[in-house]
Amino acid sequence: MHNPIIELKNITKAFGQHIALQELNLAVNNGEFLTILGPSGCGKTTLLRLMGGFEQPDSGHIFIDGYDITNLPPEERLVNTVFQSYALFPHMTIFNNVAFGLKCNGIDKNEIKERVEETLKIVSLEKYSERKPNELSGGQKQRVAIARAIVNRPRVLLLDEPLSALDYKLRKKMQIELKQLQRRLGLTFIFITHDQEEALSMSDRVVIMNDGKILQSGTPRDIYEEPNSLFAAEFIGEANVFDAIVTESTKQNTTLKVQNKTITFPEPKQFKAGEKVHLIVRPEDLRVWTEKEVKNTDDMLPGQVEQVIYKGSTVDLIVRLIDGPLISATEFFDEDDEDLFYENGEKVWIHWLPGWEVILPYEG
Amino acid sequence: MIKINEKIITNCFSFLIYAFLYIPILVVVVYSFNKSQFSMIWEGFSLKWYRELINDHEILTATWHSLLLGFLASTSAVLLGSLAAVCIKRYKFQGRKLLHGLVFTLVVIPDLVMGIALLILFHFLPVPLGFWSLFFAHTTFCLPFVIVTLHARLGQLDKHLFESAKDLGASEFVLFRQIILPLLGPALISSWLLSFTLSIDDVIISYFVAGPSFEILPLKIYAMVRTGVTPEVNAISTIILGFTLLFVVGATLIRRKK
Repeated sequence: MHNPIIELKNITKAFGQHIALQELNLAVNNGEFLTILGPSGCGKTTLLRLMGGFEQPDSGHIFIDGYDITNLPPEERLVNTVFQSYALFPHMTIFNNVAFGLKCNGIDKNEIKERVEETLKIVSLEKYSERKPNELSGGQKQRVAIARAIVNRPRVLLLDEPLSALDYKLRKKMQIELKQLQRRLGLTFIFITHDQEEALSMSDRVVIMNDGKILQSGTPRDIYEEPNSLFAAEFIGEANVFDAIVTESTKQNTTLKVQNKTITFPEPKQFKAGEKVHLIVRPEDLRVWTEKEVKNTDDMLPGQVEQVIYKGSTVDLIVRLIDGPLISATEFFDEDDEDLFYENGEKVWIHWLPGWEVILPYEG
Repeated sequence: MIKINEKIITNCFSFLIYAFLYIPILVVVVYSFNKSQFSMIWEGFSLKWYRELINDHEILTATWHSLLLGFLASTSAVLLGSLAAVCIKRYKFQGRKLLHGLVFTLVVIPDLVMGIALLILFHFLPVPLGFWSLFFAHTTFCLPFVIVTLHARLGQLDKHLFESAKDLGASEFVLFRQIILPLLGPALISSWLLSFTLSIDDVIISYFVAGPSFEILPLKIYAMVRTGVTPEVNAISTIILGFTLLFVVGATLIRRKK
């Protein structure tokens, strides 16, 4: 087990009546790329501002390298923040923007020059050092903001939705650049986003927040494949949620009654018989068969195609289950199923490999 | 047809507006070159009144006093006002909202009330009426305008600029000196100019707090006008107008360059 580089213990923060963070605990390991993911208003920005020193918690403590920094002002913390708006100083050249932190810390002039040039090279902006921020593009400003922070060699870099102002293509590119930069520098990144795709593709670990609490924390794969709450399942990726009733639950298996079918799933979690549960299946895990293609429909759910959306590499189907909800299924072109030809209104059978579903206690 | 009519009406209307605004000023300028002793009769072009003005020591002294007063009062108003605006914007303290509200009250308070209030204050402190009383009075009535202008400008700036400066290790002083002041630059200049203008043509408040030892131009002109408008007053007005125009054009050019 590593020692955490930054640790938050029992942090509570309220703004008037609104409780932004509630008894929150979080430990971040050295060199980790941690993403805090949540909808707007979930408290993730407040969390970041507490770490940066721009807000004070009502109760709880923050540690960096084991030292309590809860009451230190931002200028004395060994963390730097990259703001969503970049917040570059408009009246200074790029060089002076990047040099600002070093100057504030009274570093020798020659060393400043050396370090700024080196950092600008890392973000490939060495040719732009004499320009002003308003002469740069969005992606370049973004890179200056990062350079301005990392030149100080912080223990932790905090990034507050830094890519949200960029267009889709540039965002994709910056995601890869950021991840590479983080690996190369071996720096701890705490990255805030509401974009689940960004979170999954960049992070070593994702923390899902809602209503001022951490709901789940784990690798992107854990989070996606084993969500521990309905919120996590629905917030990350798409999820089909069925209401089901447990008829039998043993150490290995759980049998559910879902849509008038009784199906047994391998499930280590135990439930009580008669308990209501949520059954969650990702669209890409669903297989949709036409009536001709299947013989044994015991563990399949009947439905009717409502809409076919051709997406190039996949075909998305919206299927209305008989007496049930609308679900969506994503079908891939592969050797099992080269045609993927469905018609609106066509009767189909829905199936998935047992074990690919997630069963969660009913949340009402 | 309707279109043309509309255009004519619009043009006439805007001509009338400009005429209404600028004809009085034009009259003053024209009559400052009048040879006649009496303002209302045109007797031919002359620079006589300008010559007389240059030789009028009282007026020259009053002008110098006004410029000096305007310069000092607006400078001190900008110094105090920038600190006050930053203070109201950046720090949380008891009575911050009250202070902010009071600043706006001072902007709209009648000059008459301000003049009497200051006179009473100076009587009690006591500040002798003269340069210092005028200096304090002018600084006082310029200050709220400076605070309002700078506060608005601070509000337009991204608050993350200040936070990121702190984040990068800036002390409050470095933040003020290297980030806030340069970013306020144009607003500082415009609030200084505004203060200078307010100071240079203030009559009402100055009337209450001025003393015989320090005569200023607006009060001097006011005194001259009471005995009838002389062409000399027209000449001063024209010169002031000329400088104002230069000022405005200069400021516009500087702003455009930026």
